Amino acid sequence: MLIKLTGGTVYDPASGIDGKVQTLYVQNGRFIKRPANDVKIDKEYDLKTKVLMAGAIDMHTHIGGGKGNIARMLIPEDHRKDPVHRSDITRSGCGHAMPSTFTTGYRYAEMGYTAGFEPAILPINARQAHMEMADIPILDKGGYVMLGSDDYLLRMLTAKKDQKAINDYVAWTMNAAKAIGVKVVNPGGINAFKFNQRKLDLDENNAHYGISPREILISLATAVKELGVKHPLHVHGCNLGVPGNVNTTLDTMQGIGGLPLHLTHIQFHSYGNEGDFKFSSGGAAIAEAINKTPNITADVGQILFGQTITASGDNMRQHANHGFASPDKWVSMDIECDAGCGVVPFKYRDQNFVNALQWAIGLEIFLLVDDPWRVFLTTDHPNGAPFTTYPHLIRLLMDKSFRNDMLATIHPEAQKMTTLGSIDREYSLQEIAILTRAGAAKLVGLEDRGSLAEGAWADITVYTENADREKMFEKPDYVFKDGELVVVDGKVVHTKWGTTHIVRPDWDSSVEKDLQKYFDRFMTMKVGNFKISDDEITEDGRGSLTTHSLNGVT
Amino acid sequence: MTEIIEVPSPFCGIGTDDLTVQVNDLAVSVMANGCAVNTPAFEQVITDTSARVDGKDVSLEVAVAKAAELLSVSNQPVIGGCATDVNGMRGLMALADHSGAVVDNMNFTGARRNFLALQDTGWMNTTLAEIKNRCDYLLVVGVDLEGFAPRFFERYLWNQESMFLSDTSQRQIVYLGKAPSGEASISPAGVKAKVLACKDADLPEVMAVLRALVKGKKIVADTICGIAVSDLQEVADQLKAAKYGVVTWAAGALNFDQAELTVQMLSEMVKDINTMDTRCSGFPLGGKEGDQTANQVCGWTSAYPARARFSSGFPEYDPFLYDSNVMLANGEADVLVWVQAFNVTSVPPVTELPTIVVARSGMVFDKQPDVFIPVGTPGIDHAGHAYRLDNVVAIRLKKLRESGLPSTADVLNAIEQAL
Repeated sequence: MLIKLTGGTVYDPASGIDGKVQTLYVQNGRFIKRPANDVKIDKEYDLKTKVLMAGAIDMHTHIGGGKGNIARMLIPEDHRKDPVHRSDITRSGCGHAMPSTFTTGYRYAEMGYTAGFEPAILPINARQAHMEMADIPILDKGGYVMLGSDDYLLRMLTAKKDQKAINDYVAWTMNAAKAIGVKVVNPGGINAFKFNQRKLDLDENNAHYGISPREILISLATAVKELGVKHPLHVHGCNLGVPGNVNTTLDTMQGIGGLPLHLTHIQFHSYGNEGDFKFSSGGAAIAEAINKTPNITADVGQILFGQTITASGDNMRQHANHGFASPDKWVSMDIECDAGCGVVPFKYRDQNFVNALQWAIGLEIFLLVDDPWRVFLTTDHPNGAPFTTYPHLIRLLMDKSFRNDMLATIHPEAQKMTTLGSIDREYSLQEIAILTRAGAAKLVGLEDRGSLAEGAWADITVYTENADREKMFEKPDYVFKDGELVVVDGKVVHTKWGTTHIVRPDWDSSVEKDLQKYFDRFMTMKVGNFKISDDEITEDGRGSLTTHSLNGVT
Repeated sequence: MTEIIEVPSPFCGIGTDDLTVQVNDLAVSVMANGCAVNTPAFEQVITDTSARVDGKDVSLEVAVAKAAELLSVSNQPVIGGCATDVNGMRGLMALADHSGAVVDNMNFTGARRNFLALQDTGWMNTTLAEIKNRCDYLLVVGVDLEGFAPRFFERYLWNQESMFLSDTSQRQIVYLGKAPSGEASISPAGVKAKVLACKDADLPEVMAVLRALVKGKKIVADTICGIAVSDLQEVADQLKAAKYGVVTWAAGALNFDQAELTVQMLSEMVKDINTMDTRCSGFPLGGKEGDQTANQVCGWTSAYPARARFSSGFPEYDPFLYDSNVMLANGEADVLVWVQAFNVTSVPPVTELPTIVVARSGMVFDKQPDVFIPVGTPGIDHAGHAYRLDNVVAIRLKKLRESGLPSTADVLNAIEQAL
């Protein structure tokens, strides 16, 4: 099948193309050169006046894994408000805060997204993460495996194992869990909570191991870099949600010695403790630090007002915040000497001072970070808001007058505590394409995705220009996945299965001897049964694995 | 004859994966690390290899077509049992969605006690490896733990080494309600578990008093349902003094009205203790014959636990209305599908309705179902995945023999395709 996409206005930052009218050709799922004149075109789409971008990539969204399923189980009343009817080609489900897997795939695709990455795969729960993602249609997927509160790593650090040994363990775990990146959540803090510590600052020691979050960050960030994993260590920092945590976050950036670090949902880590309510914006300070620190990238984790549910590996902080649960029910779990999770429903209110200022802080960070290649559009779905709010968020970034109209409606004291109203910046279409496509593909380390260049996989979103950017981005005219038309006028017309993106860093096989001993002594399964085999992903005939390259290892 | 080691079990719920089995053609023998639950389940022999319609042997295709025919004219099918592996449940969910069925896991009425508590107030729970390495005080509420899982003590409490306890034999075990049926709870040091016995139906009152004592409330009575308040006070004090106390219960064993309130009382007590400068966790026991698997897969594909209805074209959840036994009794269903890939003694409920049984080879019926399709057992006849009771770990089940029996997923997908 040879497809011709004629005359659209192309925004492809990966190729340096910024709003140029172009005709594209797709065959066997990928973009190809313009064929010779006598080659038959099977299907032509007239896209004159339309806007073309690559399929969008959500580089941080909680779409697979146990805590998401706990979240689903916890809030049936939320699902009842958004039932999703089956059709001849789609499965039924539920939507809103924590949608069912099928609905997740359809709704992402209907907004022009073609890939999503689960940022918190516990090694012990990795099977579940992949099994859930295997039931998300259309999207490509993948995930970052969580380390840093696992007793094995902390024992290694206490025993002063060398960096090479840490690297081997990290690489082994990435292979065992089928990951494309490594994440750390409240470094060592989830573990410290099991020893009844209720907070853990950057240089505060885990009571049992005598190891600080900073040491964990440095050892893991070094491992990720030395293994050649392109996605920098993905960091959910210390003190999430704590007023005054901006200093912890700045210290985290400065104290990493130039190692690549991705700070996730940084909005939740950008709080001062000034003002009448001892809660203030650290947005400008964070943005300035990002601007000055080229090894740092960040996604925002914007909050938007309304009901959602927060699901996090950080049960230390989730437990501390359970008093804000709305409705008043919540779950916390300690998990398998590996990690933990906390699930707390939240209702962000625009007339609540703290929530209103959280909203403004996220937008400040988006607008004050200069380099669109180093900031990413997320709500930390579902924690700041469900992913279905992205078109609204894009309008807030692209439309200053709309933004200021919204600003005028939030809690008046919060309005006084933000500089948002004085920020003139409006994101361009090209910048949105960087945040949600080219930049995300580069950050995750995806080859041949997030671009419309020859050779790339043909994940394409076609929009109709509309001054109302929310309307424009919520209903693409067409979405193609691997060259197959999957969405027309914002509705799924065809479904398929995406691939799972992974990396396979090398490790010294001797690492498994120690792991086997550890599993036999302390764990509840055999190490051989812990590792996920390739056929577990592919045996149902729907799933596939796509292995990406590593940076040259020195 | 082949010997296979490190075999994981889908039967016991606690995810034992250290069994050694011998396979001799179609005969499986457990050679090491078996137990009263796992050994017979692995060694169950294959009898039926042919599908049947109206009691007569037919090809798989004919049986599938007959099942699809029954479902296509049904106004309200119910799919009960739901005892299979992850792929089997995936097929089951697709079939339910397509045919507008009710999905009802056979253990849901027990599990409902947990779901109602979870969906009202939530809980703080833990998993097996945390128990193995951290638990210094275990309170067992209303369940015979070794009867539930014969190897629980051996594997997770009397383990020789633990990361954070210098001597696991010093763990304290206290039973509230039921007494242990055997001696598994006696520590390697010879210490017997303390038993504060009461009737199951008294547990609501006893748990309420225990929580009150944990919270420092004054109790005027001397005894509660036959238990000395001073004994309960000691349990309360010990829970608060423990570094990592664990309170375990089995929803299925709390067989009295409104037992969800007891689960809630227990779970809220655990939360209370976590505000008293120490840690404590709950640990629900369940996970047999795929019940966690059913709830997990139904959870991610529909967003609801495994008692949901699809006849409106979208999932609806009601933990009471969609009880398949109630629906059958009230004439609210017109076709029964029974899916049970693990246990041949777990036969479908008695009904006059057209019945399709997709079940482990060897199931014997008083009355032949309209359609019977024998399937392989996950973890014996085909590879697969099953959830352990703590709901976090999915174990990778192995294929041990070449029986030629189709998997649950093969059969249910074929019926769905034929609709």
